[in-house]
Amino acid sequence: MADPVNGNARRAKSVDIYAPQWRNFLFVAPYLTIFATLLVFPLFWGIWLSFHKADTFSSGRFIGFDNYVRLFRDGIFLQSIWNTFYFVFLTVPALALIGLFLALCLNRRTRSAAVLRTLFFSSSVLSVTIVTLVWRIVFIPDIGLLSMVFGVFGAKAPAFLSDPDLAMIGIAIATVWWCIGLPMMLFLSALQQIPQDIYEAAALDNANRWQTLWSITLPSIKRTFVLVIIIQIVLQFQLFGQSWLMTRGGPNNVTKPIVLYIYDTAFRRWDLGLGAAASEILFLLILIAAMAQYFVTRRKADA
Amino acid sequence: MTASIDIKNVTKQFGSLTVLDELSLSIPANEFVVFLGPSGCGKSTLLRMIAGLESVDSGEILINGERIDNQPPGQRGVAMVFQSYALYPHMTVRDNMAFGLKNISVERSVIEARIAEAARMLEIGHLLDRKPGQLSGGQRQRVAIGRAVVKEPKAFLFDEPLSNLDAALRTRTRIELAQLHQRLKSTMIFVTHDQIEAMTLADRIVVMNNRKIEQIGAPMEIYNRPATRFVAGFVGAPAMNFLPVKVSSNSGYVTAESGAGLRIATAISAEGLASGEFELGLRSEHVRITQPSGDAAEGVVDVLERLGERTLVYVRLGDGQQIVGSDSGDSRVRVGDRVGLTFEGNKAHLFDASGRAWHGQEAGHG
Repeated sequence: MADPVNGNARRAKSVDIYAPQWRNFLFVAPYLTIFATLLVFPLFWGIWLSFHKADTFSSGRFIGFDNYVRLFRDGIFLQSIWNTFYFVFLTVPALALIGLFLALCLNRRTRSAAVLRTLFFSSSVLSVTIVTLVWRIVFIPDIGLLSMVFGVFGAKAPAFLSDPDLAMIGIAIATVWWCIGLPMMLFLSALQQIPQDIYEAAALDNANRWQTLWSITLPSIKRTFVLVIIIQIVLQFQLFGQSWLMTRGGPNNVTKPIVLYIYDTAFRRWDLGLGAAASEILFLLILIAAMAQYFVTRRKADA
Repeated sequence: MTASIDIKNVTKQFGSLTVLDELSLSIPANEFVVFLGPSGCGKSTLLRMIAGLESVDSGEILINGERIDNQPPGQRGVAMVFQSYALYPHMTVRDNMAFGLKNISVERSVIEARIAEAARMLEIGHLLDRKPGQLSGGQRQRVAIGRAVVKEPKAFLFDEPLSNLDAALRTRTRIELAQLHQRLKSTMIFVTHDQIEAMTLADRIVVMNNRKIEQIGAPMEIYNRPATRFVAGFVGAPAMNFLPVKVSSNSGYVTAESGAGLRIATAISAEGLASGEFELGLRSEHVRITQPSGDAAEGVVDVLERLGERTLVYVRLGDGQQIVGSDSGDSRVRVGDRVGLTFEGNKAHLFDASGRAWHGQEAGHG
């Protein structure tokens, strides 16, 4: 378009501050290097490995989908997938609901609430070793805390570590105790972002406690609820340490999750190709959950 | 439905800070009352105390003679329109309006009928199925008013509801609020720091400053006979001119003399006037611009504000004092010109050191 006031020349001279410049690349180069060598390269190497018969001494020969076929004929692998889903089913709803409940209780400006918030969050900073140690002391038969408490009432404590029906539940209890801090904090920050004036409007609208909770508070944190569920699904799919340290995957593989199967296969039986294939299956499962998170968080507030 | 509201000796403290001090006020049914005052004068706090959103430290609030300051907000029978509108973001407009009625188990058909009536009155029928996020500021404002209207409250409380609107929309909404009051015939309390909103909407204005009520009166009464120097300076744009003066009596009326030798004869009775420091107050429309006269009543034009129908002329007097006068809309005066001033002394007010006002007979009649 012709500019009558000699504007074309002026426009050519003006600086476009958003124009791409190569030197900007330097600022991302350090992270990009780490990202490429420690994440992108291993990812593709793992996929490549899963199509080969490999051990630690040779990268082996190409066998196509054989590793995947072997996986789905392996009863223990299928069991470990079932175990993992069962564990996610046990922990994720509990983490979301208990986290929400704690956040609702502790969303106030009193000193005791601040102390309790810190206390509930503090378990998150412990390492899995400490957490499992604590819960082994609780669960251990005859001399554990649970046994003592049940003993006072003359009852026998449930064998959370050795009963095949209870072992995964025991691990889930320890995990919820360990991980409850993050969901609680996410819910707390969501609750604090609800504007105070809509609570005032609700008070003038005759809403009682329950009506306010159901009609104002919960709809306002709906997106955070979905976010917490997805984050926890991704995290809990990666169960490993608790199972390994509390039950070694037993009794009879009922607490063996996918990651533990991968560890056993790749680093104890040295079948790297099969382990890599199992890793890709886990990767796919987590990817689905992560994609769900992406689409949920990308969708702007539907308010 | 409508109701009278009585506020008796109400005090409010936040910690050691007293926001309202022994304040009393009676609002008859159907009246449109505006609380006017600068930020932090306690006007919003008083409104929120009537609504039940703030506790009352001492004193009583009564609606129709029934004490309500110990009742929860919802049971007081008042509806409030918030400055930020405070619509429920996840509910449709229809649900926003229905929420307060559902909570007290009003029959569904009644709710539907009231929403339809309010939507017709406020012209928001086409917005009923949208959510607040999809509405413009003005539309949200109407929904907020609609949410109050459907409750058929004993009194409407407005907390600076126009301050988030642009200038044109504010003027329009102001007129619509006045019409709404005429149609609903309900008691309305409106909080604002905007004196034009107060002047145009109110049956009576309550001017508040610094924890207490400065004056209660009809808009023109507040404008023409301000009870204190604060009210005189706060109400009216541009602000009233104030000149430090010495007073003397001239056949029963006060004559004021400024430091620069200006003599202004007023209609204020000299009888009962205390001695001491005084300030003379004169509005800009009572200071006319004339040709320079050669006496003390002249000065140099500092600033001109052309408002269209008139021109405000800021004149610097010989002693450095600035006075705002007014001239016709097509005034030829320019900045730097030397002009004369004619004072309508019979419209002047006098304020003593404590801020108390004296008025002439004329001042009450425009």
